[in-house]
Order: sequence, then C-alpha cells, then structure tokens
Amino acid sequence: MSEYAIEAAGLRRTYRSRTGWLRPQRREVEAVRGVDLTVGNGELFGLLGPNGAGKTTTIKLLNTLLIPTAGTARICGFDVVRQTREVRRRIGYVFGGDRGLYDRLSARDNLRYFAELYGVPGREQKRRIAELLELVRLAGRENERVEGYSRGMRQRLHIARGLLHRPRVLFLDEPSIGVDPVAARELRQTVADLAATGTTVLLTTHYMAEADELCGRIAVIAGGRIQALGTPAELRHHADGRRVLEVEAYGVTDERLAAIHALPRVREASLEVIGAAQVLAVQSDAGVDVQADVLRELDGVRLGRVTARQPTLEDAYVAIVNRVDERRSPEAVPA
Amino acid sequence: MIAVGALLHAKQLSRSPFEIATALIIPVVQATLAVYLFRAGGEPGRLLEAAVGAGLMGVWSSVLFGSGGAIQNQRWQGTLEMIMLAPRPPALVVLPITLATAITGTYAMVATLAWGRLLYGIPLTFADPVAFAVAVPGCIVGLGMFGLLLASTFVLMRNANALTNTLEYPIWLVSGMLVPITVLPGWTGPVAAVLPTTWGARAVREAATGSGPVWPSLGICLAISLACLVLGALMMTHVERRARAAATLALA
Repeated sequence: MSEYAIEAAGLRRTYRSRTGWLRPQRREVEAVRGVDLTVGNGELFGLLGPNGAGKTTTIKLLNTLLIPTAGTARICGFDVVRQTREVRRRIGYVFGGDRGLYDRLSARDNLRYFAELYGVPGREQKRRIAELLELVRLAGRENERVEGYSRGMRQRLHIARGLLHRPRVLFLDEPSIGVDPVAARELRQTVADLAATGTTVLLTTHYMAEADELCGRIAVIAGGRIQALGTPAELRHHADGRRVLEVEAYGVTDERLAAIHALPRVREASLEVIGAAQVLAVQSDAGVDVQADVLRELDGVRLGRVTARQPTLEDAYVAIVNRVDERRSPEAVPA
Repeated sequence: MIAVGALLHAKQLSRSPFEIATALIIPVVQATLAVYLFRAGGEPGRLLEAAVGAGLMGVWSSVLFGSGGAIQNQRWQGTLEMIMLAPRPPALVVLPITLATAITGTYAMVATLAWGRLLYGIPLTFADPVAFAVAVPGCIVGLGMFGLLLASTFVLMRNANALTNTLEYPIWLVSGMLVPITVLPGWTGPVAAVLPTTWGARAVREAATGSGPVWPSLGICLAISLACLVLGALMMTHVERRARAAATLALA
C-alpha cells in the first residue's frame, strides 16, 4: 500500500477555448499552475480558496475527470492518467449543488444504477443501499422522486452515491454549498464519521469554520497555486501580530472598501454579507488602533456593532489570499 | 448492468414532460404526412407501408435525438461526469442510454400505427405478423447499437444538438423509410447500403407487406449494427480520453 493516498507534483492545467469561425479567437486560461501536495491515508485534508482559485480543477485532475497539461498525480499509488480504472475503483466524488442526480428517478433507483456502474456486486447492493440510506438519513424517503427533495436531502443522497463502492479516497467539492445551517452541521458530522473510519477525504470549501472544524491540514489555493499549507493552528500564524476591527454596517460600497484598504496602517479589509447586514473586517498591526480612521471613511453609512477581536483562521485566510491578489494585480486575473 | 442501466434510463426518459408531449404529437404528424404523401402519389393501397415507414422515422428520431439529447441532458444534469467516472469501459456506460432511447422509440412505431388506424382507417393487416413482431425489436436493438457510434461524437461535442438536427432528415431519406431507395439518385445507393437503418426499415417493411424475405434484411441490419457497436466501443474509449483532455464532460 502506498504511503500516501494522494500525491501531486507540479500539477498544471490550461484550458484552451476557441470562439468565432471567420476570425477565430483562441483563449488560454491557466487554472492550475503547479500544485504539489501529499495527503496521508485516512487524513481529512482541506483545500480552501476563493472562486476561480483552481480548487475544482485540482480535484478533477486528481479524480481523473481531467488530464493534466503537465505534472503527475497518483491516488493510492496509481497514476491518474495511465491507470485510470485502478484510480476510479478507489475514489468517490461528491460535488455541491443541485446537479449530478437523476431527478425523475427515486433515490433508490439512483443508488441502484450507480451501484451497478461502480461495480458493487449484485448480492451486496440491497444491503449496501439500505445501509447508506440509513447513514444519510434518507431511509423512509427512498422511493420518492429526487425532484421533490430539498437541497440538503439531495446533498446527502450525493454522499450516499459517492460511498456506494466503499472508496478509499473521497473527494468532496464544496458539499455544503447552499445547504441550510442545520443540514450543513449534519453533513459535517457525516464527513467526520467517514474520516474516523479511515476514509481519506479531500474537502474543498469556502467556509472557514467548516475547514477549521474538520480538517487536520489545510492548503490555501489562490491563483492556481498553493499559497499556504499547514494545520489550522499553523495557518492562523499568518495573521499573527494583528488585531481585527469588525464593523456591522448597511450599505458599504466597493469604493469605500477600497478607501479603507488604502488607509495607512490597515493591512487587510474584507466585507461579508450576513443576512441584511454587511460585516466589515479590518486588519491592522496589533499595536495600532485604526478605528477612528475607519469610522471616518464610513461617514454617512448606517452602522451597527463595532468590536475589536483577535484574528481567526478566516482572517489568516483573507491575509493569504489578499497577498496573492496584490502580487497579481498588474496582470490579468484567470477565470 | 446493461439491462438495469437501460431500464432506469428508459424510466428517466419516459417521465420527461417534454418527451411525453413530443411522443404524443410527433406520431400524429408523421402518420398524416405519410398518408397524404402516398394518397397524392396515387398509391392508397400502400398505406400500411407508409404507416410502418412513418413509425420507423419515429424510432430513428428517438434514437438520434435520444442519443444526442441524452448525452447532452447528462451533461446538463451533471451526471455525465459521474457516469464517465465509473470504473467501467466507457462504451458499457453509454450503451444502456442508447438502448433506452431505442426502447422508448418503440412507442413511436406503436403510436404511429395506432393513429394511422384511428384517424385514417389504415388496416393493420400484416403479411407476416410473427416476422413483424421480431423485425421491429430487432431493428430497434440495431438502431440502439448504431446510436452508440453516434453517442461517441456527442460525448466530445458540447453542442451535440447541432449534429443531431442535421442528421435526422438525410438518414430518413437515404434509408428509404418513407420513399423507396430506387427513386433516389444513384450515388445514395452505397451510403444506404452501409446504414443499418436501411436494412432495418427494409426488414420491417417486408414483414408488414410481404414484399420479400425478412430474415436476410434483418440479419444484415444486425450485422452492421454489431460492427457499429464494436467501432463505437473503440471510439468511445478514444473519445473519453479526448473529452478529459479537452474538458468537455462538464457543461463549463
């Protein structure tokens, strides 16, 4: 057995597209620009990054859906390009959102079909499907058509589908996207239980709390490259020596955010929408108080609570990703 | 796996409101078209032949749009990636889909004949009912295998629909489903001879009208279809790899 469940070295992927017939225009987008990583057997590894960072492309390179432009990757010691079938026998793939299931079929029919496809022996299928329906709490609803399912139920069915053939490595691509908080918590529990049984999990997510709670190690990917890698505690060091001013506001424009970011002694500024409110997080050096300057820039904007706090993993993530954006700002941003 | 896959895909297809509406309307149009065409040609005695031809047109449309549409639908549903990710030869994964479209196409034949009987009083007196009952499913299975060859192209192309639209009418015509091959220009002869649709249509017509021996035509149809299956399987392996290189398995 290979020492690592997942190995990638110098992984690159360029998308080429052509538009127009008379004057064809070719476009190249380098989505992944040299990813190196190793994930141990039984590890729960997180891949964090903003939209377009290269998370999904990296997963698709590792799970054989895409062929790398350069570099190599191995799953349980098998090469993803040359030993595709061996790799596919050992992996499961689950992605977030509404797609990827047969809506007009029942959950049971969906699982039955994928069990056939993924080579689950006929005599085992019935038992395995019942077991998984129980695991993802869909028992009793298995004969209903999937088109009537909520997003959370679909997501749980996705997970059941991904586990049918007992994969050794499970790729979860933003599984909690669009799922309500209660369903997301249940989903996290399911993922944690899987990792506890020895399944290697590679999880991509936007949600810092999710990664912090679940993952033993996290890689932050941005601009197609891994920018930081370590345990959540290690990553938090990227925001060491800083303090965070958090302002609840209503109606902060991009211009105001840019002006705050440009303030002297401000290291990072980010804006998150939570319900009807916006939460502005401004990072500065620990010994510096930028509150007065920030509030001056927000003059005229309706404000709520203003608090100062210690940096979290999310602040560290923002610091890492913004550093990349600043470095790349003169050049074109890839999709 | 092929049987379970074909059954479940047929179930998924037959529950689509669009497919149901199409399946209700198209056979009426085709039966009408065939009847008036033959009446105008002064050959009202060949109405059964016309109705059978129109039914075959329906089967062909189902296979063509089914194979192309099904692959495209899988892409839209996000299931194309999931099924291609299975540790099976790609041809085995796609064959149930094309077979399912052929199975749902059987309905087109039945519905066209039923509408022809109800609306235009076409007598359903088959010269050899047993041969007809064998020739129709045989022809449908053959077309399903031919569908695999077509589907391999559809896996590669994100806009597969464009190809299906251009293939529908030429194949009807060249295969002699509605108009006898003998009235077509000579150069279409070799094209018709290599299409399984030509031989399938001929076998079904021969069984319905008793115009010739059914089994040789059906045999040739199945032999060509088998060749298409082998070629399609080889193509599919090649095409799957190309689709992974070109990133066309997903919608974007």
